[in-house]
Amino acid sequence: MIYADNAATTKTCSAAQQAMLDGMERFWGNPSSLHSPGQQANQALQTAREAVARAIGAQTGEIYFTSGGSEADNQAITSAARIGARRGKKHLITTAIEHHAVLHTMDQLAKEGFEVTLIPVDESGIVKASDVAAAIREDTALVSVMYANNEIGTIQPVAEIGALCRERGVPFHTDAVQAVGHLPIDVKEQNIDMLSLSGHKFHGPRGVGALYVRRGTPLLTLIHGGAQERGFRAGTENLPAILGMAAALDDAVAHMAENDAYVASLRDALIEKLSHIPHAALNGDRTRRLPGNVSFCFEGIEGESLLLLLDGKGVAASSGSACTSGSLDPSHVLLAIGRPHEVAHGSLRLTLDRDNTMDEVDAIAKATAEVVGYLRDMSPVWKALQRGERQYVIQ
Amino acid sequence: MLYSEKVMDHFRNPRNVGEIENADGVGEVGNAKCGDIMKMYLKIEDGVIVDVKFETFGCGSAIATSSMATELIKGKKVEEALALTNKAVVEALDGLPAHKIHCSVLAEEAVRAAIKDYYDKSGIAYEPEQFCNGDCSCCHEHDHQE
Repeated sequence: MIYADNAATTKTCSAAQQAMLDGMERFWGNPSSLHSPGQQANQALQTAREAVARAIGAQTGEIYFTSGGSEADNQAITSAARIGARRGKKHLITTAIEHHAVLHTMDQLAKEGFEVTLIPVDESGIVKASDVAAAIREDTALVSVMYANNEIGTIQPVAEIGALCRERGVPFHTDAVQAVGHLPIDVKEQNIDMLSLSGHKFHGPRGVGALYVRRGTPLLTLIHGGAQERGFRAGTENLPAILGMAAALDDAVAHMAENDAYVASLRDALIEKLSHIPHAALNGDRTRRLPGNVSFCFEGIEGESLLLLLDGKGVAASSGSACTSGSLDPSHVLLAIGRPHEVAHGSLRLTLDRDNTMDEVDAIAKATAEVVGYLRDMSPVWKALQRGERQYVIQ
Repeated sequence: MLYSEKVMDHFRNPRNVGEIENADGVGEVGNAKCGDIMKMYLKIEDGVIVDVKFETFGCGSAIATSSMATELIKGKKVEEALALTNKAVVEALDGLPAHKIHCSVLAEEAVRAAIKDYYDKSGIAYEPEQFCNGDCSCCHEHDHQE
C-alpha cells in the first residue's frame, strides 16, 4: 500500500513509539504525586514541554498540553472571545478556509452573540494580510488565521498578520496543526499570541496536542477539575502520548530542512505528472504550499469513487467530495477558492511525507490517470463535456 | 467498511456500463452540483427490456445502485421495471449507509425517467405524476428517512 494521506494522520515514528513505551514502563507515576514515581513522571513531563517549546521558539511555561489540535483551537478561541466580551469586545475574525475545529467554534460563539467576520481567500487560497487589517475593529477580540491549510496546503502570511495584530493590540491565534514539524516556526519573531498543534501530524501519537499561549496573553480554562497544566487544563496528563509527541517533534525539527527539500521534490514531480491529465487543475498556490501537499480537481468525475478505486490499486488518498463527508456540499475550502460544486466534487488530495519515494510518486500518477480515465468513460457529465453540451470549467 | 461486499462488487465491476445507440428510452436524473447524475438507456422489444445500459457520475454507491438497478430490470416487462423501488435496490445490495440512500432513489428515478422517455417516444399514455419532477430535494429527502 502506498500511503499518501499524511495530512489525515502520519505513521507513529520509532522514536515516538519508544518514548511512549518509556512513558508506560518508566514514567507511569502521576506527575501530580509528590512521591518519587510521581516526581520522575513530572520530570519527564517538563522535559517534553521544553522540547515542544523549543520546536516553535516558545518558553517552556507557555506550553499547555491538550487532547489534540481541536481542543487547543476550542480553548484558544473560546477563551479569547470570553475575555474580550468582558471588555465589550464581541467581534471575531477568521478565514473562510479554516478547519472545522475553528469554524464550528466560531459558529457556536456566533450563536452566543459574537459577531464573526470570515475573510475570503483569493483563487490560490491565500489570505491577504491587508484584508485582515481592514476587518479589525475597536471591538475585535481575536484574529485566528490558520498557518497552512489542511486540504490545499497553502501557507498563509502568518508573520505579516501577526505583526499587524500586535500593532493594533488584537490577540492573534493560528491553527498550526498542519505546519508544526514541517515548517520553521518562531512564535516570537512571527508575533503569534496563541498556536495550536497536534501530535499525530508529525509522526507522533494521536489524542495529544498542545496550545502555546504567549506570556501575558490571558487564558481561560475549558476543562475544569484538578490543577494540571498550571490550572488551565484539568485531567491527569496523558504522559505516554505527550512523551511520544515530544520525541516525534524533536525528530521532525532536527531533520526539517532535509525532509522538506526531499518531500517538496516528490510533491513537485507528482504535480507535474498529474498536470498531464486533461482538464485537471491544481488546487492552491503552486509554490506557497506545504512540502507534501498535492490537491487536484478532475473535471467530470466524483471524488469518492476515485478514492475507492485508488485504494483498490494500492494508493491511500483523500478527497473534498461531499460524498466522503456525509454532507451534500463539497469542501468549503474548494468552494472558497472558487471551484464550482460540480468540479469540487471531483477533488483528490495526496499528502506525501518523508517515507514516500519517487517510485511511489510514479505509481500514484499512473494509477490516478488510469482511474480518472476509467471513471470519465462511464460519466455522463464527461460525455456531455466532450460533445460540447456542457462547458469545461477547467480548460 | 463503509459499504457491503455486494456494493463494492457492483462498484468495482459494474454491470451494463455504456450507452445504447438508438435506444428506445433514455433517462437522465440528478444534478452535477449535488455530485451525482445517472443516465439510463433501454432497448425494448414487445414490451420487454431486452437490453439496458447506464452511465453514472457519482460516488461508489451511485455507481453500484445504477449497476444493480440495470440487473434488476434486464429481461423484465416495462410494467415490472416501473414497479422497481429504491428499497429493492438497497436490499439487493445488502444495504447502504443512511446518507447514501438517496443514490438508490436516484437509480429508481433513472429507470423511471428512461421508461417515461420510451412512453413519450412510442406514444403510450401514462399518468405524469408517477414520474420525477426534477426536484432534487425529493430524492435527498430520503436521506433522513432510514
